[in-house]
Amino acid sequence: MADDAGYIPYDAVNTKSSRRFERQPEYAPQDFHARVFELEADGEWIVQRVPEPYVEVMTKYGRKKKIPIELTWHHKSCGQCGHIPGYSTSIFWLNRKLGLKYVDPTDQTSCTAWNYYASATSNAAAQASVAMRNFAAAYETGYYPLIHCGTSYGHYKEVREEMLHHVEVRHQVRDVLKKLGKPLVMPEEVVHYSEWVHAMRDRIAAQQTRDFSSLAVTVHPACHYYKLVQEDAIYDPDIYGGQRTATVSALIAALGAEVRDYSTWYDCCGFGFRHILVQRDFTRSFATRRKIEVMKEEANPDVVITHDTGCVTTLDKSQFVGKAHGANVGVPVLSDAQFAALAMGAHPYRVCQLHWHSTEYRPLLEKMNIDHGHAWAEFQGDLKKLKSGEKEYLSWEDVDAG
Amino acid sequence: MGLFADKYPNVAFEEKSRLWEEVKADPRFPTYLYGCYECGICVAACPSARFYDFSPRKIAQAAAREDVELIYEQMNDDVWNCSQCFSCNRCPRQNSPGGVITILREVAVRNGLRSAKQALEGYSRIIYKIMGTGTQVSPDMLQPDAFPDWGPQVRDVSADLDAWRRALPPETLHTVSTGWQVDDKTIIELYLIWHHTGVMDMIAEVDEGLHMILSDVMEEKLEEAGYQM
Ligand code: SF4
Ligand code: SF4
Repeated sequence: MADDAGYIPYDAVNTKSSRRFERQPEYAPQDFHARVFELEADGEWIVQRVPEPYVEVMTKYGRKKKIPIELTWHHKSCGQCGHIPGYSTSIFWLNRKLGLKYVDPTDQTSCTAWNYYASATSNAAAQASVAMRNFAAAYETGYYPLIHCGTSYGHYKEVREEMLHHVEVRHQVRDVLKKLGKPLVMPEEVVHYSEWVHAMRDRIAAQQTRDFSSLAVTVHPACHYYKLVQEDAIYDPDIYGGQRTATVSALIAALGAEVRDYSTWYDCCGFGFRHILVQRDFTRSFATRRKIEVMKEEANPDVVITHDTGCVTTLDKSQFVGKAHGANVGVPVLSDAQFAALAMGAHPYRVCQLHWHSTEYRPLLEKMNIDHGHAWAEFQGDLKKLKSGEKEYLSWEDVDAG
Repeated sequence: MGLFADKYPNVAFEEKSRLWEEVKADPRFPTYLYGCYECGICVAACPSARFYDFSPRKIAQAAAREDVELIYEQMNDDVWNCSQCFSCNRCPRQNSPGGVITILREVAVRNGLRSAKQALEGYSRIIYKIMGTGTQVSPDMLQPDAFPDWGPQVRDVSADLDAWRRALPPETLHTVSTGWQVDDKTIIELYLIWHHTGVMDMIAEVDEGLHMILSDVMEEKLEEAGYQM
C-alpha cells in the first residue's frame, strides 16, 4: 500500500484495453506564456510573477505550471462565502495550519461570471474589466491571486484568451482600468485553489491526523475547471494514466482513501447558472438522475468530493427532493478543501461549517472517527456566547485554542 | 431561405440578419465556430440535451450555414436552455457551441428580445445583487420560501443567520447581505466598469425598472465619490 500511495492506476479508468497514450505536444494549443511576456515587453501590461517558492505541476499537454505555495491573495467565491462558508474557511484554515502567509482581501469583487453565464446581461469588455480590476488589486498588495471558485477560474482564463488575442478588447479594458487609476496586470498563471491543494497534498498528508483508509470516494471534476481553456488544467501520468485531470483525485489517493469510478464522471452537475436559480427542476433531475444515483449504484461511495462552488451546492442541495421521491440518493458532498482539513484534524463545525450542508453527513464523520455529537455541543457553546454578547465573533484564535 | 419552416415570419428577414451580423461581429465568434462535422459529440456530452428539446449540434449547424431564420428561432426558443457547462467544448472541430450560445444570448439581451425579457423574469433581484453589491450570492438569500426544495436545512440557516455568520473565523465573512465584506472604493470601481462598458445600457433594454433602481443606487454613491455620470 505504501508504495502505491498517491497513485491511481490507468486500469481504474480503462478496463477494456492495455494501450498506453503518450502526451503529444504537437497537438497542444499554442502556449500562452510566450504571448503574455511578449505583451509585457511591448509595454502593454505588467506580468505578475508566481512568487517563489512554487511547485511545478504538469498540465494536459505535458507543459509545466507554477503553483505558488504562499503569499497568496485569496479571490473568494460568492457562492462559497454566501452559502457554503465552510468551503472558504477550510481553505484559509489549511493555509494557517501549514504556516503560510496569505491575504483575505476586501478590495475584491465577485468575478460576476455566474450572472454572466446565467443572464448574459454583460459583455466581454465588462467581464474582462472586472477580472483585471481584481488582478490589479492583488498586484497592489504584492500577493499572488489564488482563485477559489471554478467558475471564476475558468472565466478568468477565457478573459486571458480574449485579452491575448483581441487587441480591441485589450485596449478597451486598458482604458477602463486607467479611468479607475489601476494598472493592467496579467498574472503569469491563473491558479485555482484546488491546484494549490493538489500541489500541497503531500504536506497535507504529512500532517494527517485522521485515518481515511476505510473511506470510499467518488470525484466530480468541475466542468469550468478542465473543460474551459483546457490546456492548463493539471494532469499527472500517475493518476488515471494522465487521461483525466488529476486535481482532487490525487489528493484523495494521497490521504489514503479509495477513489471509486462511475460512468457519468464527465457529466456536469446540473448547476446551469440560471437553472439553479430560476429553473431548478432541471438541476434537481440532472444532479440526482445523472450523478448521485449513478454514483450510488456503481460505486456506493461514503462521500463525493468536488472542487467548485456550484457543484458542491447542486449535488448537496438537490438530494432532498430525490429522497422525498424515494430515489437512490444520500451521498454527502464536500469540497476537497474541507476533506483535506478534516484529514488534518479540523473541527467539523468551527472550521468546515458542515451545518450549512443539507445531505446527511454524520455517518461519514463517524467513519472518520469524529465524535460529531461532542463537536456540535462545542459549537452550540460558541453560538451561545455569540448570542449572549459574551463574544462578538468566533476568531481564528478561538478555533486554534479549541 | 433556411431548411425549416420559419417560426417567426412576422419578424423581417432584415432584422434577423442584422442580429446575426451582430453575433458574427463579436471578436470571440471566429474562435467559437470553425464549421461542423455534424458528428453529435456535443449532444452526447450536453446535459441540457438530455432534459430539453435542445441540441448544441443544431446551434452549430445553423450558425455554420448562416441560416438566419433558424438562428433567430434558436435565439428566442433555445439558448436559455443551455447550462453553460461547456461540456460541448469536446467538439472534434474545436467549436464551442456553448460559447456561440453565450454570444447569441448577449445579442438577444442587448436588443431587448421579448424572449430574453421573459427568460430573465424573476431574475432581476440577482442582477441587482451582483451589479449593486459586488457579490452575487449573499447569505440572506437562503430563505425557506425561496428554496423550499432544498429541505428544512435552509430554515435552520435563515433562523440563526446572524449568529452563524459571526461564528465564521475569517473576519471578512461576518456579512449577511453580501458574500463577504467589500470596500466602498471597490464598489465604486465596479460601478464605473458597468457604466464605461455599456452594461447599464443592456440592462435598460431588458428591464427598465431594474435599470432605474440600479442607476439611483449607483449615481448616489458615484456622486458622493466625486464622479458625475
Ligand atoms: S461536436 Fe462539433 S462538429 Fe460535432 S456536431 Fe457538435 S459542433 Fe458539430
Ligand atoms: S454549454 Fe450548453 S450546449 Fe454546451 S454542453 Fe453545456 S448545456 Fe450543452
